[in-house]
Amino acid sequence: MHSFDYAAPDSVSAAVSLLAANPGARLLAGGTDLIVQMRAHRREPGLVVDAKRIPELSALTFDSGGGLTLGAAVACWRIYGDAQVRAVFPSLVEVASLIGGTAIQGRASIGGNLCNAAPSADATPLLIALGATCRVVGPAGERAIAAEDFCVAPGRNALADGELLVSIHIPAPRPGSGAHYLRFIPRNEMDIAVAGAGVSLTIADGVVTAARVALASVAPTPLLVPEAGQAIAGKPATEETFALAGEAAKAAAKPITDMRGTIEYRRHLCAVLTRRALTAAARQAQGVH
Amino acid sequence: MSSNVRVSTTVNGEPAEFLCEPRESLLECLRDKLNLTGAKEGCNDGNCGACTVEMDGRIVTSCLVLGVEAQGASIGTVEGLARGSALHPLQTAFLEQAALQCGICTPGFLVAAKALLDHEPDPSEDRIRFWLATTLGRCTGYDKIIRAVQQAAREMREVKA
Ligand SMILES: Cc1cc2nc3c(=O)[nH]c(=O)nc-3n(C[C@H](O)[C@H](O)[C@H](O)COP(=O)(O)OP(=O)(O)OC[C@H]3O[C@@H](n4cnc5c(N)ncnc54)[C@H](O)[C@@H]3O)c2cc1C
Ligand code: FES
Repeated sequence: MHSFDYAAPDSVSAAVSLLAANPGARLLAGGTDLIVQMRAHRREPGLVVDAKRIPELSALTFDSGGGLTLGAAVACWRIYGDAQVRAVFPSLVEVASLIGGTAIQGRASIGGNLCNAAPSADATPLLIALGATCRVVGPAGERAIAAEDFCVAPGRNALADGELLVSIHIPAPRPGSGAHYLRFIPRNEMDIAVAGAGVSLTIADGVVTAARVALASVAPTPLLVPEAGQAIAGKPATEETFALAGEAAKAAAKPITDMRGTIEYRRHLCAVLTRRALTAAARQAQGVH
Repeated sequence: MSSNVRVSTTVNGEPAEFLCEPRESLLECLRDKLNLTGAKEGCNDGNCGACTVEMDGRIVTSCLVLGVEAQGASIGTVEGLARGSALHPLQTAFLEQAALQCGICTPGFLVAAKALLDHEPDPSEDRIRFWLATTLGRCTGYDKIIRAVQQAAREMREVKA
């Protein structure tokens, strides 16, 4: 690895000062992307700023309305280790349980997954589907970025110089709602998604009232597909309806062919994964297990 | 050129100190500065699990941890499993089940399995397989390893009961 300096500030403002004074500096959460990239000389920051001693980035809190504020550096194991998160956001627990394996989940954070801006990031489509917003602080103050606007290109996020992601807010699930993320990998564990679909939906009296669908690994960034949600709003919550959303996802996907799969294969997967994820989310919404 | 940092940490329950550059991994620090060579370097990118250690009660791949991050942390390595000459039940079970051949992956499997049994004394076979999926082995096949973990779990539960 190249030589770099290391700092472990204990406040957001100290971290912002360090980032602003050292262009190219990178924040270190779990390091499961950053350290791999530094070792491969794909990123060579002069300063690495450890996020894990900043209380706000390590906090996991529910607000009075039942929404979740997830500190950007909270590791996956803390998400599935939290009884309240398990009860309120089972889909988040599932995603935290499928990133890498146990040892990776001992370090990897959802914030890091988002900030790393990989097209294949597994947590990001679910965050988009859940309507998450990102709280960002920088030298010019604070702003909120919708999860679907956070990634701008492969490996590039919307943060400006000196800015960092403090937390991710996920609104409380509405009554009658469910969410799910499904990916396709050739192995059972420890692999990168060939395609993935994160979905959420709300059902009232057997009818879909709202739905959001976002895809992984089929575009330069994780992709929100508004057409998929629109295609099924107002329709009965059935497999046939969910297949319509699948077709809309397939039409919106812009994949490439690489060693993991062809364009045709990935587009087909989008249809299947979207339909199946919606079916699973609907079961959750209707309390069927 | 960044300078050396002094790191104070706890390894296998004992205080430990070392000097390292920020770019040195915890794996390098354990092996080259503290002479704890149980954790192995396989892939050096988080995929093989040969470098698995416990850090503050969770398993991590120490090739993806900076040595400087160990400041104030509590680290557990395979060297900390046995009590003097008394092997940990997992170590005994690995020997009895012939759950190793070349042994390179074994410290990772032992540390990962110990963490599982510390958290969950009675895991299902499925649970053991998924928990250990972060550790790769190539000579023994996984069945004997799984059987050894099941045997150790049984024995540890009996001792407790
Ligand atoms: C063996 C292995 C298996 C993996 N499997 C999966 C998988 O199945 N699915 C998957 O999606 N990913 C996987 N990954 C990738 C990685 O583990 C995840 O993307 C993880 O969520 C990254 O989180 P982290 O906390 O380790 O991020 P870090 O590596 O600490 O950070 C990632 C990037 O985001 C930046 N960053 C981090 N936090 C902030 C912040 N608060 N503000 C601004 N910038 C920030 C960092 O500077 C860095 O560029 C795997 C990695 C490995 C090594
Ligand atoms: S050497 Fe660390 S996971 Fe392979």
